[in-house]
Amino acid sequence: MLRLAQPAYQRMVGHCLDGLPLEACGLLGGHVDTAKADVCYPCRNEAQSAKLYSIGIDYMHAERDADARGIEIIGVFHSHTHTDPYPSPTDIAQAVDPAWHYVIVSLRDTAPMVRSYRIVDGTVVEEPVVVEGR
Amino acid sequence: MPVDVNLPTILRQHAGGQKTVKANGSTLQEVFEDLVRQFPGLDGQVVTDGALHKFVNVYVNDDDVRYMDKLNTKVADDDVVTILPAVAGG
Repeated sequence: MLRLAQPAYQRMVGHCLDGLPLEACGLLGGHVDTAKADVCYPCRNEAQSAKLYSIGIDYMHAERDADARGIEIIGVFHSHTHTDPYPSPTDIAQAVDPAWHYVIVSLRDTAPMVRSYRIVDGTVVEEPVVVEGR
Repeated sequence: MPVDVNLPTILRQHAGGQKTVKANGSTLQEVFEDLVRQFPGLDGQVVTDGALHKFVNVYVNDDDVRYMDKLNTKVADDDVVTILPAVAGG
């Protein structure tokens, strides 16, 4: 299960909407042991694409901030502008850390759909997402 | 010359769980060679076939070495080398 603090959830979805028509992306900071994401770090999509995303130096800045707060980067999110909130073959192939939560925000419909997955050795398992504090 | 090397979470297991380690060298190539000497488990994780691994981004201070001299980028005392996974998808 991924637990998202309400402000982090709102910032994540807002960043995805702001990024249209391109894919938007960012990182989630929190605690591995409780799977709780307290902080959303919106990042620039260096790919500047509606189909791909890539996070560059913003990752380093997010990591520094997370260090200062005593938390860790525990996941990544990106938007799918016109498709289901399910990891694409590219997402699966490039999943970097089996301990991370991989969140997809689908903007296909009027209301954003948020889903989270664990991706380990190419195997994708969906996990529940709980928004806390609302 | 020692520099600090920040390791991403996924590589720390190869360095005794350390987040930051010291390594010697005047270029990035030498720093990574020293890193592997100290922590053999890092072999092939950052440099493969003589080039930076394509799923890794490396920064010297705030500069992406892809836009510098890649492995030939010079480093000096007190520089900070940061290794991060290339986070990307579609």
